Amino acid sequence: MSADPTCPSDLLYHPEHDWARVNEDEAVFGITWFAQDQLGQLVFWDAPAVGAKVTKDEPYTELESVKAVSDVIAPLSGEVIAVNAAVVDEPELVNTSPYDDGWLVRVRITAPDEVGALLDAAAYRDLVDR
Amino acid sequence: MSRYTAVSSDDLRAMLAEIGVGSLGELFERQIPAGVRLGRGLDLPAGMAEQDVYAHLRGLAERNTSAEDEVTFLGAGMYDHYVPAVIDMLLGRSEFLTHYTPYQPEISQGGLQVMFEFQTAISELTGLPVSNASVYEGPSAVAAAAYLAKLANGKPKVVVSRGVHPHARAALETTAVGYGAQIVEIGLRDGVTDPDAWADAIDGETGAVVFAQPNFLGAVEDAEALAAAAKGSGAVVVGSYDPIPLGILRPPGECGVDVAVGEGQSLGNRLDFGGPSFGFFSATEAYLRRMPGRIAGETRDVDGKRGFVLTLQTREQHIRREKATSNICTAQALNALAGVVYLCWLGGRGLVELGELLLQRTHYAREALVALDGVEALHERAVVREFALRLDAPVDRVIARCQDAGVNPGFWLGREYEEYPDGLLVAITEQRSRADIDRLVEVLGAAVVAEREHAGLGVAG
Amino acid sequence: MSAEAATIFEKGAPGRRAFTCPELDVPVVDGLLPEGMRRGQRARLPEVSEPELVRHYVNLSKRNFDLDSGFYPLGSCTMKHNPRLHERVAALPGHARLHPWQDPARAQGALELMWNLERALGEIAGLPHVSLQPSAGSHGELAGVLLTRAFHADHGEQRTKVLTPDTAHGTNPATVTMAGYEVVKVGTNPDGGVDLDDLRAKADEDVACLMLTNPNTLGIFDPNIEQIAHIVHDIGATLYYDGANLNAIMGVSRPGDMGFDIVHFNLHKSFTQPHGGGGPGSGPIAVSERIEPYLPRPVIVQRPDGSFDLDDDRPKSIGKLRGFQGNYGCFVRAYAYIRSLGAEGLRDASQTAVLNANYLLAKLRQLGVTDQLPLAFGQLCMHEFVLSGAPMKRQLKIRTLDLAKRLLDHGYHPPTVYFPLLVDEALLIEPTETETKETLDAFAHTLATILTEAVHDPDTARHAPHTTPVRRLDEAHAAKHPTIRQPLDPAPEAGAAA
Repeated sequence: MSADPTCPSDLLYHPEHDWARVNEDEAVFGITWFAQDQLGQLVFWDAPAVGAKVTKDEPYTELESVKAVSDVIAPLSGEVIAVNAAVVDEPELVNTSPYDDGWLVRVRITAPDEVGALLDAAAYRDLVDR
Repeated sequence: MSRYTAVSSDDLRAMLAEIGVGSLGELFERQIPAGVRLGRGLDLPAGMAEQDVYAHLRGLAERNTSAEDEVTFLGAGMYDHYVPAVIDMLLGRSEFLTHYTPYQPEISQGGLQVMFEFQTAISELTGLPVSNASVYEGPSAVAAAAYLAKLANGKPKVVVSRGVHPHARAALETTAVGYGAQIVEIGLRDGVTDPDAWADAIDGETGAVVFAQPNFLGAVEDAEALAAAAKGSGAVVVGSYDPIPLGILRPPGECGVDVAVGEGQSLGNRLDFGGPSFGFFSATEAYLRRMPGRIAGETRDVDGKRGFVLTLQTREQHIRREKATSNICTAQALNALAGVVYLCWLGGRGLVELGELLLQRTHYAREALVALDGVEALHERAVVREFALRLDAPVDRVIARCQDAGVNPGFWLGREYEEYPDGLLVAITEQRSRADIDRLVEVLGAAVVAEREHAGLGVAG
Repeated sequence: MSAEAATIFEKGAPGRRAFTCPELDVPVVDGLLPEGMRRGQRARLPEVSEPELVRHYVNLSKRNFDLDSGFYPLGSCTMKHNPRLHERVAALPGHARLHPWQDPARAQGALELMWNLERALGEIAGLPHVSLQPSAGSHGELAGVLLTRAFHADHGEQRTKVLTPDTAHGTNPATVTMAGYEVVKVGTNPDGGVDLDDLRAKADEDVACLMLTNPNTLGIFDPNIEQIAHIVHDIGATLYYDGANLNAIMGVSRPGDMGFDIVHFNLHKSFTQPHGGGGPGSGPIAVSERIEPYLPRPVIVQRPDGSFDLDDDRPKSIGKLRGFQGNYGCFVRAYAYIRSLGAEGLRDASQTAVLNANYLLAKLRQLGVTDQLPLAFGQLCMHEFVLSGAPMKRQLKIRTLDLAKRLLDHGYHPPTVYFPLLVDEALLIEPTETETKETLDAFAHTLATILTEAVHDPDTARHAPHTTPVRRLDEAHAAKHPTIRQPLDPAPEAGAAA
């Protein structure tokens, strides 16, 4: 588990502790260091199907640790075009590498104007520190 | 102070002083509003000495006619099998009796390993890879299986054979009202589930299909054909199994059954007027994460030593709350312990021997009884431990006559099946010897004759 | 105690047996079972002698902690002494070997016992009608919410939501979903009771029921209970009492008098049915007059001649939740308990439970334990109380889990940890009435000792337990790679009964 709190500056954040890496009309989603720290070691992920629709601010999947289940909130709306099979096999990748190897889904964005509502790293860090 | 509390007057003084209140009354007055304090004593009898309570409870027991007092052929869901003495001894041990749900695995390895062994034994019995550590009992286990199907596929219809225990069908009906499923009952033909009506009822809206093996009339169903009829529909195939005949009957895992449940009473549990017993719940791998209740799993401790823990707990109510696979918390751990000890006591060979014994004695009893005047088989199907007869005489009165002669001949089907007002269901256990069966034949024969003569004389009942 | 665990499936040898089959005393007939219906492979059950069987399970039992040998202050579980008289009377053949289909005329003792138990539970709850049928507390909850549904349906109403406080046991929301309602959470006020403003805001005509535990899982008797009942009844909803904490108020206060419509009892808590490692339980319900028509069937009735019978002809009943009349063996024990204690004894039990909890709390204050583990809400408590280990975690760098595990080394079962959810690092302590002052003193001192130890040596707690048959177990591994049955060698052919 990466020991120190991080939130990279090249990502955008949702207040429910989710991040998005936006690249034109696509985005990759994951959960933040703080979210994985709260959950503890992850042991199971039932990934959404490719083609599933996700809606901003709504849960799109669940992550499970030994004694907790957490809804994962979509930072943006769109359609799932890929899921991270490595996390299905090894959910603790989310703990060890929440922003890189532990990404969850790649999404085709359907409402690009939503991007503006997300937080930058400084604003998210502010939120966490409060 | 009662005999179960220990606060002496010195203790009380010291404890109140430490708390900083003047009296026991104050402790409550400061917390419970006056409007809801009970200003009087409970209207209950005064307490009694231990020996007086014993005498009172013994007096009540003596006013029941138990399986100790008559030769009983009652079954219909619960059976008078012998409970080996080792079970009384083991269940009486403080470490099993007064232990709680194993939330602290380091000091609960006994209970957790029992659960693991129980799961293994049930899995062996049913031929299905996944078993939980028990649910309440048989009928509610059927309802729990239908709820699993509802959560798994969301379809609203449950097709259930009338061969399923009437209490299980009732429990299914009661709970399905809550989550909004409709129950479609399929009648019996020649003693078994009508295969055409069964197949016709299953469609794309069917979430689960439920049959019993053997069914309530004692008949062995063609489980494979019933399951096959549901394949392709997406419905979860649920079989409600009597565990004892599984020594000789093809297990659900080889018949296309997805979820096998059942009443565990006959595995080392007492009759207890209907409970506590346990329900078993087993399934294919696909439903592992949809199972209700506790499941124990194997793991290692920090020193690499083998141990057991409650696992896959994120399914359960204390973690997943409103999204849980079930609301069950306390189940039937002690009864399940009796179940696994019983299966180990029998062993694989013993289970087969017991099944063969019941098969042969059941056949013998059926043949002898249908040879009586005024008695015929209700169906001709294969039976393993229980069979249904038709009597040409009022069944309730025949039963009463037999009981007056010290033999309980079985269950009057008319109590639960309007289509079988003349039906009698006779159950055999290893505790009913050939001599007992011969005695039943004699007593039942005489009772039927007496009732027919009674009717012939035109005397109203 | 420390040997590597072997399961019963890893013991024994082919041909060994504990079972002697009775003689096959009837003529043997072949072909009674069509071949396609016959089992091919024998179930691979252990083959052991009786002495092996006994030794295996007796040794397994020694790997369990138990109430008979030590203090078990597990909050919300009411681990009170289980009188052995109850086991003796439950085992009397007239109870233990009574078949549930026995003609009621020949089961009069059992029906009278159940009738008497119903009357007693009704008096304790302050509600006139009782069904003993539900199998455990959560089953009673399901009955209660289905009764609510039937009550509203009978009045032409279909409501959609059930309110539960955020302090509720997990069984409450799980039950609500099973019964087809949406869960709406109600907040907790700073005193630990229901937030009345939040309740008023959420109490509308779609609400079917409020499920409440009182005293709640914080050990706090809600001082606003009368107002809560008014709010709920004003919108036409029912008020459901989760009886998990009834042990605090027997003979002192009654849910029926507080305005509750439906109550479930946990006979395995307040009425001392042994817990058995996780059951059997029993969850009877008591209801008000307006709910009575919908009770599960059958109900026990007394005929004009004084005899008892089962009445299944109940057209408005919700039906059945299970087979037969419920866990009768538990009724025998609970009834024996009530007759042993009587009205005075039951009140003494609750008063002593509350006294013991408050004394233990006071003792922990006196020893300074509450500096690290402050009481989460209030000043006094009912039969249990919740400490928060948050300051301990910050200052001593040990978590509530570590404290709990270190208690194992001192021979105690730890209190409930990490529940209720709204208290950070929660420790829920319920000593019960059957413990002596000496036991409470010793436990308090042990907690103090562990905290003192942690000041200089937090690692001992962090790596505890050290003295148990196994140490901390890898639960993540168990969840990631579930092994939930013993793998076995291929099966032998069936029928080879040698």
